Amino acid sequence: MKPASPLLERMREWTFALAGPGAQERLSRLTQKARNEYGVDPYGFDLDYAIGAIAPFLWLYKKYFRVQLHGMENVPRSGRFLLVGNHSGQLPLDAAMLGVACLMEMDPPRAVRALVEKWVPTLPFVSTYYARLGQVVGTPENCRRLLRADEALMVFPEGVRGLNKPWSQRYQLQDFGPGFLRLALETDSPIVPVGVVGAEEQAPNLFNLAFVARLLSMPAFPITPTGLPFPLPTRYHLWFGEPMRFGGSADDEDAVLAAKVEEVRGAVRGLLQRGLAERQGVFT
Amino acid sequence: MASGPQSEFPGMPAAVCITGIAGNLGKALAKLLHGETRLIGIDRRPFREAPRDVEHHQLDIRKNKVDEVFRRARPEALIHLGIMHDPRMPRAEAHSFNVIGTHKILETCVRHGVKKVVVLSSANVYGPRPDNSNFLPEETPLMAAATYSDIADLVEVDIYAQSFVWRHPEIETVILRPVHIVGPTVKNAPSNYLRLSRPITVMGFDPMVQLIHVEDVCRALALALRPGPRGVYNVVGPGEVPLSAALSELGRRPIPVPAPLLRPLLARAFRSRLVSFPPDELDHIQYLCAVDGSRAERDLGWRPARSLRETIRSVLVPG
Repeated sequence: MKPASPLLERMREWTFALAGPGAQERLSRLTQKARNEYGVDPYGFDLDYAIGAIAPFLWLYKKYFRVQLHGMENVPRSGRFLLVGNHSGQLPLDAAMLGVACLMEMDPPRAVRALVEKWVPTLPFVSTYYARLGQVVGTPENCRRLLRADEALMVFPEGVRGLNKPWSQRYQLQDFGPGFLRLALETDSPIVPVGVVGAEEQAPNLFNLAFVARLLSMPAFPITPTGLPFPLPTRYHLWFGEPMRFGGSADDEDAVLAAKVEEVRGAVRGLLQRGLAERQGVFT
Repeated sequence: MASGPQSEFPGMPAAVCITGIAGNLGKALAKLLHGETRLIGIDRRPFREAPRDVEHHQLDIRKNKVDEVFRRARPEALIHLGIMHDPRMPRAEAHSFNVIGTHKILETCVRHGVKKVVVLSSANVYGPRPDNSNFLPEETPLMAAATYSDIADLVEVDIYAQSFVWRHPEIETVILRPVHIVGPTVKNAPSNYLRLSRPITVMGFDPMVQLIHVEDVCRALALALRPGPRGVYNVVGPGEVPLSAALSELGRRPIPVPAPLLRPLLARAFRSRLVSFPPDELDHIQYLCAVDGSRAERDLGWRPARSLRETIRSVLVPG
């Protein structure tokens, strides 16, 4: 076993302190099937590292965004599934909060992997950090392999169009690409729709400096009220819908799939509308 | 001498020709197979300390005399290891040896009724790339030559061998693409890198790497000789490990250097012969090039014998 660094050990203690009693015991039940003698699974996911590394996100989850869960019982406790939701907030903190929710609030915990853009592996430190947290590049090959191994994936079919959309389009779902539905059909995976309420207001994108984004080969370069994409302390509500199962061939034309894609998009929209109607305020 | 029923390698052909037998891998392969079958070696280099029952011919595989060897020795199978990979070699000579040599030796097999051909390629032919899937299947395009021209020969040999698979259905041709080969006497780039006490790493990058022990590669080559399998097979070792974990297993103290600095520095050092690590190979310590070995497990019954720790530690030369 590798020796844990003192910093990582303190981060892990922070995680357990934030998570409250029983968390350590619960997380010990998350067994990684394919973990080798160096503490990683074949994708480079390192659970010991991850428990320490999520501490700042758990702090955001508990203290900053004060996340409230709705319909968590809809998330399958075992077996493969695709978590499909709206994407927003300039920084992908919605993904982090969903990941923290499934890892820290479920018993047994579920490590849901997020799929990252193809430019992430070119970034120093970020690439390694994401890999140790179990995230993978979103190639179809990776997705199929993970789902067939009964893992859970998080997908945002809006992609960066959702993440970096301007303030005026908040809670307006962008188009969903059909890729996730093909994947679900091919691997016979249920789709769990999720509506993330709160992230859409965390960092209003006033305008996008497209030429700076191109210069830095980033998907977008948003200018927000704080100047940076640093989020405001909005309250997050995560609304999980009932699992949806679809029949049919993964090889159907896009037009045939479009109706099913629209059904999932409709489910996410429904969850968002309910979440918006029921919340008291953006920050409360 | 056909193999007995207790053999690890059932269905072993009665006589096997090995090209490149005098190299590190060739020697290990001869040691593994010489009791199991009759071996005929072909290499430009002399094969000292060859087992007594190995018939060695010190010969360039491009020479017509190879025909005479096949005529007399009648091999039933060929294992083609004769691919040269020396970044300091003149390009034209290496290219001729690798590409023309492979072409000639495979055509010789056709003329002499050889039933099985095993060509050693490498998982490096896919090339390390930031957008690679974590486990590349055999159908992945061979993109290595896009950035790293020295591997172009190997890509060309691999693709030529693939065309040979369908042009000669009467011969069972197998192409093996093993991951980075390491071992106590192996002197390729990955083994040499792992032997550095202060290896340079790319700051902020720590890709998962796959290593295979040289003796495990030999066992995979032997398994590929059995009747039945044909086509391309990735061969993985005992699993994947972050580069940093492999280095700390060996007690190395890496020197991380930011990528924008490292590339020009290494290019200069390589040109002035301070290091033997070609700058384009940096991609291997920065990006993923890991493969899916499930096809070989299923069709060849492939399982590595060495553990991950043993494989990593094998680069340490005993004594």
